[in-house]
Amino acid sequence: MSATYERGMNAFKEVLDAPIASFFSSCVHCGLCAEACLFYTETGDPQYTPIHKLEPLRRAWQQEYTLLGKLARLTGLAKPVTDAELAEWSPLVYDSCTLCGRCSVVCPVGNDITYMVRKMREGMSAAGHAPEGLVMATTRAIQSGSPAGVKWVTVQAQIKHVEAEFGFKVPVNLENADYLVLMSSWEILNYPEYLGAVGRILNKAGATWTLAEDAYEATNSGIQIGASDLARELVGRIVNAAERLKVKCVISPECGHAYTAIRWEGPNLMGRPFGFEVKHILEVLDDLRREGRLKLKGTLDTPLTYHDPCQISRRGGVYEQPRTLLNQLAPQFKEMSDSGVMNWCCGGGGGVSANERAEPLRMTVFKKKKAQIEELGVKTMVTACANCRVVMEEALEHYHMDVEMLGLTELVAEHLDES
Amino acid sequence: MSALELLTWARGDGLAIALAICAFGILLRLFEIFSLGRKADLSRPRETSPGSGWRTIFSRSLPPPGLLKRSPVTYIGGYVFHIGFALTLFFFVPHIELVRGLTGLSWPGLPMQVVDIAAVAAILALFAVLASRLTNPVKRYLSGFQDYLAWLLTLLPLLTGYLAFHHVVADYTLMLALHVLSVELLLVALPFTKLFHTVSVFVSRWYNGDIFGRKGVAS
Repeated sequence: MSATYERGMNAFKEVLDAPIASFFSSCVHCGLCAEACLFYTETGDPQYTPIHKLEPLRRAWQQEYTLLGKLARLTGLAKPVTDAELAEWSPLVYDSCTLCGRCSVVCPVGNDITYMVRKMREGMSAAGHAPEGLVMATTRAIQSGSPAGVKWVTVQAQIKHVEAEFGFKVPVNLENADYLVLMSSWEILNYPEYLGAVGRILNKAGATWTLAEDAYEATNSGIQIGASDLARELVGRIVNAAERLKVKCVISPECGHAYTAIRWEGPNLMGRPFGFEVKHILEVLDDLRREGRLKLKGTLDTPLTYHDPCQISRRGGVYEQPRTLLNQLAPQFKEMSDSGVMNWCCGGGGGVSANERAEPLRMTVFKKKKAQIEELGVKTMVTACANCRVVMEEALEHYHMDVEMLGLTELVAEHLDES
Repeated sequence: MSALELLTWARGDGLAIALAICAFGILLRLFEIFSLGRKADLSRPRETSPGSGWRTIFSRSLPPPGLLKRSPVTYIGGYVFHIGFALTLFFFVPHIELVRGLTGLSWPGLPMQVVDIAAVAAILALFAVLASRLTNPVKRYLSGFQDYLAWLLTLLPLLTGYLAFHHVVADYTLMLALHVLSVELLLVALPFTKLFHTVSVFVSRWYNGDIFGRKGVAS
């Protein structure tokens, strides 16, 4: 179905629920959400105030679902949202929001603004106002299996490489395994060390695992662009593979929104709870450590810090596990000024990194992370999201900063006690 | 109509009408919210989530790390206003007497001097947050007619009450009548303006805490 204004407005009506109605009812225009948003703090431009990004959705709610709003519309006192306004809001909804959720933990009346932006994107994409970069990534994901166009042959090449380097067989389509291992496009293209690291760790722990030929990609452009039907199609591939292979647990890779897509949105997109568990790789590593199946030796004696990927910590609840691991591995691990649930986003989450239109803004807002790193004075930053890593590596280059990025899984694998 | 007749009407029919509109409005607005419903979340919650919605109702009253420093007027002005207003509304002896006359319920009040300080503090805080609304680029950008109307409707009962209590204006009866009328305006506007946050804040904070709580994040 082609995108139209009517479809967009219908999608708005459909996503509006009791939480959103209570959020709009409670807003007192105090402006605190802006103080929590790096798009405002780094630009000083009030149009980036998080609650303002929702103005068309708020008006649609008021005119559709409140008595006074309906009266105002009938008497001509309130004007309906126009298609031109939706177009005008597209950069606010897609370029200047990474769905990081910081405004949602700060709002004094408890508005989960991120929840609303995610829902508003359903209407924006249905009305044809999603940015081109995201539309193309989503189209590629649906057609080829990956937003970056990575096909299974590319994964096979990487499997061969891992097998040659580490001397173990990478299981593919194995039934009844403990874990189904997924990757993100970035890990297949930029960070091939991830697959080798996960394989070594799981083998050493005595766990059985597998890749699936029809479900290797964990990312989900559908939830970034706000198209639940496409998001369902993408997550459905993983669910089908996990059920066909009868795995116990699906491991979401070092990717933030992939975790949100599979762990939190997945069952709701599919309309049923899963018969298998979904865990982020950091949760699996921590489980193995607690069970005594992950033995580490040696430490990395460099001052380093940890960048919390928003979808994993604030929106995902995985913030203690990386710290437990880093405290064991890195004696000089230091926290940034705002960390854990209060972390600052890399600037490229929620589909912003796939949206070329947003690139200059993304570089500008990286100043927040830059200031955090400089305040700490470290030259190494560990994270657990390949998208954060790519975004920050680009920005570090842009600002000529001499800071090295590491994936936590890779760091753990390097310190595996092989004896 | 004399000042006494105005006061009599305000305390009688006026109050009854205002309370009826306020009660009807609150019920209507709550119905508008809850009738939209909410789909059941099918994702498996973390084990640590029970009660998170209720906890957030309280915890959101405190500033998160770093925010007090970024926006001191909003927080301090907000606290002083809300506490001052609540003390004045609920612990001023004549207010308690009024409630007792209407419902039979009563509770101990605060000394006049304490209420006096609370009312003045609340009025000053209102001017401070107004100044902030006019000068802070974000608040100014977000604000429309309703924001200033809500501010005025909140100020009037405090101001008229203060003037009546201190007999600043010669005609005490008229001042008291104006005070009661300003309260009635506030009651009528409450459900239909942002003043409704008085009620909906409990709902929105609960949802927020519930959404974050099932993911194992205290909010």
